Amino acid sequence: MGIEERESFFTTTIDSLVSWARKNSLWPMPMGISCCAIEMMASADPRFDISRFGSEVMRFSPRQSDLMIVAGTVTYKMSHVVRKIYDQMPEPKWVIAMGACTSTGGMYRTYSVVQGIDQFLPVDVYVAGCPPRPDNLLNALLEIQKKVKNGNQKSKREKIYIAE
Amino acid sequence: MLSSEKIYKSLEDSDTIFTIDDSIENTMVLNMGPQHPATHGVLRLLVKLDGETVVSCIPDLGYLHRGYEKLAEHCSYHEFIPHTDRLDYLSPLANNVAYVLAVEKLIGIETTCRVKFIRVICCELARISSHLISVGTFAMDVGALTILLWTFREREKIQDIFDVLTGVRFTTSFTRIGGLANDLSDEVKKMIENFLNQFPEKLDECEKLILKNKIFIDRCEGVGTISKDDAIQFGATGPILRACGIEHDLRRDAPYLVYDELDFDIPVYSEGDALARFYVRLQEMRESVKIILQCLDKMPNESIRINVPKKVLPQKEKIYSKMEELIHDFMLINFGINPPVGEVYHSIESSKGELGFYISSNGSGYPWRLKIRSPSFCNLQIMPKMIVGSMISDIVVIIGSVDPVMGEADK
Amino acid sequence: MKELIKKKLQEKLSDYIIDIVEFQSDLTFVIKAENLTIISKHLRDDVELEYSLRDILAIDRYTNENRFEVVYNFFSIKNKLRIFLKIKIEDAESVPTLVDVFQSANWYEREVFDMHGIKFYNHPDLRRIYMPEEFQYHPLRKEFPLMGIPNSISLPRN
Ligand code: SF4
Repeated sequence: MGIEERESFFTTTIDSLVSWARKNSLWPMPMGISCCAIEMMASADPRFDISRFGSEVMRFSPRQSDLMIVAGTVTYKMSHVVRKIYDQMPEPKWVIAMGACTSTGGMYRTYSVVQGIDQFLPVDVYVAGCPPRPDNLLNALLEIQKKVKNGNQKSKREKIYIAE
Repeated sequence: MLSSEKIYKSLEDSDTIFTIDDSIENTMVLNMGPQHPATHGVLRLLVKLDGETVVSCIPDLGYLHRGYEKLAEHCSYHEFIPHTDRLDYLSPLANNVAYVLAVEKLIGIETTCRVKFIRVICCELARISSHLISVGTFAMDVGALTILLWTFREREKIQDIFDVLTGVRFTTSFTRIGGLANDLSDEVKKMIENFLNQFPEKLDECEKLILKNKIFIDRCEGVGTISKDDAIQFGATGPILRACGIEHDLRRDAPYLVYDELDFDIPVYSEGDALARFYVRLQEMRESVKIILQCLDKMPNESIRINVPKKVLPQKEKIYSKMEELIHDFMLINFGINPPVGEVYHSIESSKGELGFYISSNGSGYPWRLKIRSPSFCNLQIMPKMIVGSMISDIVVIIGSVDPVMGEADK
Repeated sequence: MKELIKKKLQEKLSDYIIDIVEFQSDLTFVIKAENLTIISKHLRDDVELEYSLRDILAIDRYTNENRFEVVYNFFSIKNKLRIFLKIKIEDAESVPTLVDVFQSANWYEREVFDMHGIKFYNHPDLRRIYMPEEFQYHPLRKEFPLMGIPNSISLPRN
């Protein structure tokens, strides 16, 4: 009993240590598709400087990243690619839907645009705006960090919406 | 089935039909994109390699096909202006201008002189900001990351100008049919002047950093060369055409706005390779600075909307205080501008080449058909010609030098 | 200059031209589909013209007769003048391809095929350019709804 208790105490600290480390070194997979990608690039530039939050390591290989930022209009043709890339990312992984298009289809109510990527991807944070300003993307990153810090499965499913 | 053939087959997926014409053992098919850092968005290339040499190359488009042309048929003429921002999202203001010029041509109205000058300023600022990204990402693809950060720093300054001028950083929707959303204030003028005063110096700095770099030059020189005839045959426009020694620029050849009153040069290089295209872009930015300075000088003080109440939206403050304006605004928003029946085409020289809008109207408030002639789409067509025969590592250089924007190419 | 070119074209091509439309200074020649190749060859090869093809587009008129119009956009770098050729065709009628005259026609025609379903005969590689290959409709036809046909394109499973 006592040993078990100590063990469980031990693992929780490991957990929180790991979450703390994870939170401060989220490696984004920049899924830049269209206009929003430019603002995503802008958030990495010297002015907004995403590296203040430990996420400047934009990895173009899904196998090395744990945060997918979907920035841009996802069409039906593209959706298969996005899903394929998401599937290649190692667990645990998080998704930011950046911009109106990605979250809901935005201004494109047309035959070729998926009306919100949550139809085929689990999304954690939705960021409003067309495009969201880089500061707002950083805000989303902070939200994700909070989520990662809490780390447990329950909060993983809850969705966060960031207004413009 | 041969084993190599099986491999090709497995590379096919539901998105592509890739036919194998011969299956010699030592060729290999490589799939590049649509998620690839060097493809500038969602371009997909299927390349067949013999060792490291590219034997054939098939671009696959449509990953960003958003259905603009269909959407346009369901939007009134005013409603479509915000959509033009997202076409070539590196220079949204130029698209706004191109579209309203086409609509104005259709209606047969002409704006005031001040509006024309402001539009020219917008176009040229957009050109600078687009070329900055193009130059930066091109250098990054070749391996010089610092340039990207430097050009982004300059671009942020332009973004700030747009922020004050139009209210947003880049999806501007600034122009209106028959005018502009708001005037260019003295504050913006000051900002533009400040920017232009320091910009050429900063550009020199960037230039010095790469153009004396042997690695950079070696990687770009003689890569992706195309001949004059090919460029014309394939309908290439913009920096690609000018880099093969053809002096063609719509600002000169079919002057619109006030370009015929301004004094500027058209940089032309004759090599036709990636480096020449890079030089053309650098020089064009310098010319743009010249143009904007002249515009700021010559700009008269005038109203920024013309008074054609049946076609042009009235100023916002008048809508709230005058009955007549309110009625016109209501009619325009609800029933559209109802242009005459007919078909027009108007094109401008955007940063990528000839950007044109073909509008067919049947007299109602909605365009019957709106066709976008996007420069990136047409320029992409020549890319396989550049790539075939070069090394695989040159592909990124070539894509960077063509500088396609997929939002525009896929429409 | 413009008048000169216009007159010249009228003289040279008078046998082929059905109608000339000038609207807001845009010059459109309406021609028969079967003469398209001859005329565009002429536009390209005549040393005084030297036209090149800049774009192809189709317009769906949604009428029973002459449903589609295909418009060819030519620009001459030499004369700095733009002209349009227009042909009118029925639904399901094919148009001769221009790929052997202008290579740029390749993608333009693919785009028209993808969006309107107009077939170009003798085209070397006529397949869809934007929509996925298994898609069955042609979106820019007027009968196609803006939001598309439900479930006509697949989504990945969640
Ligand atoms: S949300 Fe707006 S800016 Fe972002 S991809 Fe969509 S249209 Fe472009």
